[in-house]
Amino acid sequence: MTDKMHVKLNVNGEDHEFLAEPRELLIYALREKLNLTGPHVGCETTHCGACTVTLDGKSVKSCTVFVAQANGAEITTIEGIGNPDNLHVLQEAFREHHGLQCGFCTPGMITRATKLLEENPNPTEEDVRFGMAGNICRCTGYQNIVKSVLAAASELNGAKEAAQ
Amino acid sequence: MNDLTPDRDERVANLKGMGCSRKRVEDVRFTQGKGNYVDDVKLPGMLHSDFVRSPYAHARIKSINIDAAMALDGVVAVLTAKDLEPLGLHWMPTLAGDKQMVLADGKVLFQGQEVAFVVAKDRYIAADAVELVEVEYEELPVIVDPFKSLESDVVLREDLDPTADGAHGPRKHHNHIFTWEVGDEKATNEVLDEAEVVAEDMFYYHRTHPCPLETCGSVASMDKVNGKLTLWGTFQAPHVVRTVASLLSGIEEHNIRVISPDIGGGFGNKVGVYPGYVCSIVASIVTGKPVKWIEDRMENLMSTAFARDYWMKGKISATKEGKITSVHCHVTADHGAFDACADPTKFPAGFMNICTGSYDIPVAYLGVDGVYTNKAPGGVSYRCSFRVTEAVYFIERMIEVLAIELNMDPAELRRINFIKKEQFPYKAALGWEYDSGDYHTAWDKALKAVDYDGLRAEQAQRVEDFKAGKTRKLMGIGLSFFTEIVGAGPVKNCDILGMGMFDSCEIRIHPTGSAIARLGTISQGQGHATTFAQILASEIGISADSITIEEGDTDTAPYGLGTYGSRSTPVAGAATAMAGRKIRAKAQMIAAYLLEVHDDDVEFDVDRFVVKGAPERFKTMKEIAYAAYNQAIPGVEPGLEAVSYYDPPNMTYPFGAYVCVMDIDVDTGVPDIRRFYALDDCGTRINPMVIEGQVHGGLTEALAVALGQEIAYDDMGNVKTGTLMDFFLPTAWETPNYETDYTVTPSPHHPIGAKGVGESPHVGGVPCFSNAVNDAFKAFGLRHTQMPHDHWRIWKTANGLGLHD
Repeated sequence: MTDKMHVKLNVNGEDHEFLAEPRELLIYALREKLNLTGPHVGCETTHCGACTVTLDGKSVKSCTVFVAQANGAEITTIEGIGNPDNLHVLQEAFREHHGLQCGFCTPGMITRATKLLEENPNPTEEDVRFGMAGNICRCTGYQNIVKSVLAAASELNGAKEAAQ
Repeated sequence: MNDLTPDRDERVANLKGMGCSRKRVEDVRFTQGKGNYVDDVKLPGMLHSDFVRSPYAHARIKSINIDAAMALDGVVAVLTAKDLEPLGLHWMPTLAGDKQMVLADGKVLFQGQEVAFVVAKDRYIAADAVELVEVEYEELPVIVDPFKSLESDVVLREDLDPTADGAHGPRKHHNHIFTWEVGDEKATNEVLDEAEVVAEDMFYYHRTHPCPLETCGSVASMDKVNGKLTLWGTFQAPHVVRTVASLLSGIEEHNIRVISPDIGGGFGNKVGVYPGYVCSIVASIVTGKPVKWIEDRMENLMSTAFARDYWMKGKISATKEGKITSVHCHVTADHGAFDACADPTKFPAGFMNICTGSYDIPVAYLGVDGVYTNKAPGGVSYRCSFRVTEAVYFIERMIEVLAIELNMDPAELRRINFIKKEQFPYKAALGWEYDSGDYHTAWDKALKAVDYDGLRAEQAQRVEDFKAGKTRKLMGIGLSFFTEIVGAGPVKNCDILGMGMFDSCEIRIHPTGSAIARLGTISQGQGHATTFAQILASEIGISADSITIEEGDTDTAPYGLGTYGSRSTPVAGAATAMAGRKIRAKAQMIAAYLLEVHDDDVEFDVDRFVVKGAPERFKTMKEIAYAAYNQAIPGVEPGLEAVSYYDPPNMTYPFGAYVCVMDIDVDTGVPDIRRFYALDDCGTRINPMVIEGQVHGGLTEALAVALGQEIAYDDMGNVKTGTLMDFFLPTAWETPNYETDYTVTPSPHHPIGAKGVGESPHVGGVPCFSNAVNDAFKAFGLRHTQMPHDHWRIWKTANGLGLHD
């Protein structure tokens, strides 16, 4: 076994420091060491997106990133996106439009959608379908996920306009 | 009434009862990442585990050496069949009356079979130790073709006496499992021999896998001080798991608590009992510590619960005018290495005998031969009631082939053969009694909605344009009309491991007028916590928002057979309504006492009991609940609770009419679904939003199966589709938008008339997509091409028809 590495992460605004084997995957560090069980493991091959987090401003599948690679990074998981007293617009929209069923893909889905709407605040349906294609859902058939994301986009834009 | 009483409509709306699109109560935790799935369960001192699996599909095990693995720091135990044998746990019974190795006993029979179980301090160490277990194999001849298996001298199951009967009667060959026959073969053959028109074909419904996003797993915790075993896991039937665990382990059932936490999708994958569950229990007993087992995606696809793999040879006869006179179906069913199909005991091919479909067919025959091969065991109902997708695919392809034979429009052929509304309850030739239906109305509505005649005209023009070189895209119109059979089922003929397939609900009304209800089922995304509260709200007059629904903990929930085969609404939903009615009956007595009238002089009105003819005199359910706990009422016990165990008198028979319009690029083989219309009739509708969501999801799983998803093996028995790179799961990009519609034909025997809907779209969707692909090439002489219709196969079909010349 190789020597453990000293890893520093800022996750959801909090600093963490710990030792990790170089081969340890980010998803396991988040789930096992930091007890952030929102991101899930669905495939460990980057296909399903259940483990999606935001790493230094980019959507990343945390099942195929070594935690050592993430050293020094700022990470946002679903736990950092909203809280019970102040849900994110996307969290509200997914509930409102029945954008989830079993809930297993939902944390990754919403985490990805937050970035998508930052990258493209006015997406078309096609943009949403393309931009969310890295996240697999087995329950919903996507129609209501797309609806949720589009509804959140228009609500965020409405809020922005109102603020201006 | 008084001035403060809201009007009736407002009171109904406040209940959030049946028929409203209530938002889901589950979503608050799921959208915040606060679901609690089995891999989220973390206990102090918990150990992790991993399997050594066979790289060969058929091999004898010469030796297993665990020394190097045990020497690795952090490894706690390595279990093999030898360790399980003294406990009698190296084999386990399957749901189908066969037995299955928990860990390889002398030989392996499929690639990915469990050989040894490593327990270690973390999952990385467990994975390292798996690599250090040395297994010496001697390869044996591999059989992956069920037809060859029945002719082969190679004995796959050396543990079985070849001369003895199996669980379902005589075996014809050492690799044969059972023959199951329904209907009258002689009469059917006589009709076929004399018929004016006969169509026949072989339909292969390929092997696939439910592949929920969460894989299977368990956490076992044996508390040796109290003698209690707690088992968390991905169980679609937690109570049955408890009974099986007790029978296998010898631990008394009251000392076992099984908990299904949140489940990340099931679709049939989580019905069975898998070696991982058993090994985690044994390991916890051996080590005295909690042991977690979580399979990875490759293990999930290779070893737990395939679906389908049916070779269906069919013949159908009709008059020249298109009136169907008989159907004959023979299935060669590839069950893999062990018969672990999840079907009710008396139905070794599930409800395949619904294969006469929605049509009035006077005589029919079904024969099914189950066969062993060197493939993974399973045979679960992937988003369908037992083998119903196979049955519906069979008859809906058969109809299309017959239409070609008759040179008749397939929509019209269906119409003239539908069972008529007035024929219900309808006794089908293969034994089932369909409860209710109005197929003609549904069909007409569907065809009108899509302008069927217009589509056919457009298609004819497209063929002309194609022939004239103006386009390279063909147009396919896929039709399907399905009848499901769900809600297993009546205890008189449906059981699993001897447990009758009833289900249950227990309700407690709290003094302040809110309630908790517990059921024997378990949601895997269907939203039971939302919809069952709606049923109850309408039955007992307490707002759904004031009712907690709990499932999945065998220490608290009443015994039930679980959630699969769309049985929750037909069976547990009925139990919920019946338990609610018991509450209401007692509430009526309490209300009458409080109002100082006779029991018969009060009547239920939305959320209260009112004195007949004097609606200003009433007691709300809230007031009645309080009185149940604080008043001494003569002849009435305190408290307000009820339990119902519901044994359904019959199955329910949801149905639907689907139309798919597809453009196919002949040069790339890529299909573009430009329209999909789905009309579902699931009887009384509890929550339209949830129904629509189920339809979207089921159709997308149908799209996957029809257009590419398969578990494929090479001749050596290697799984060629063991990762999500090869195993097709549609993304948002490939998935179309769906148009949903409905008619309502309540079930006459269900307390609220509901029939179940979760699986209908999958059952009806697969033939609809497949029919669209076949239909696109019909003008060029195609009769039938096998699924899955991936781009390559579609291209090959086009090529075979000379369309690239």
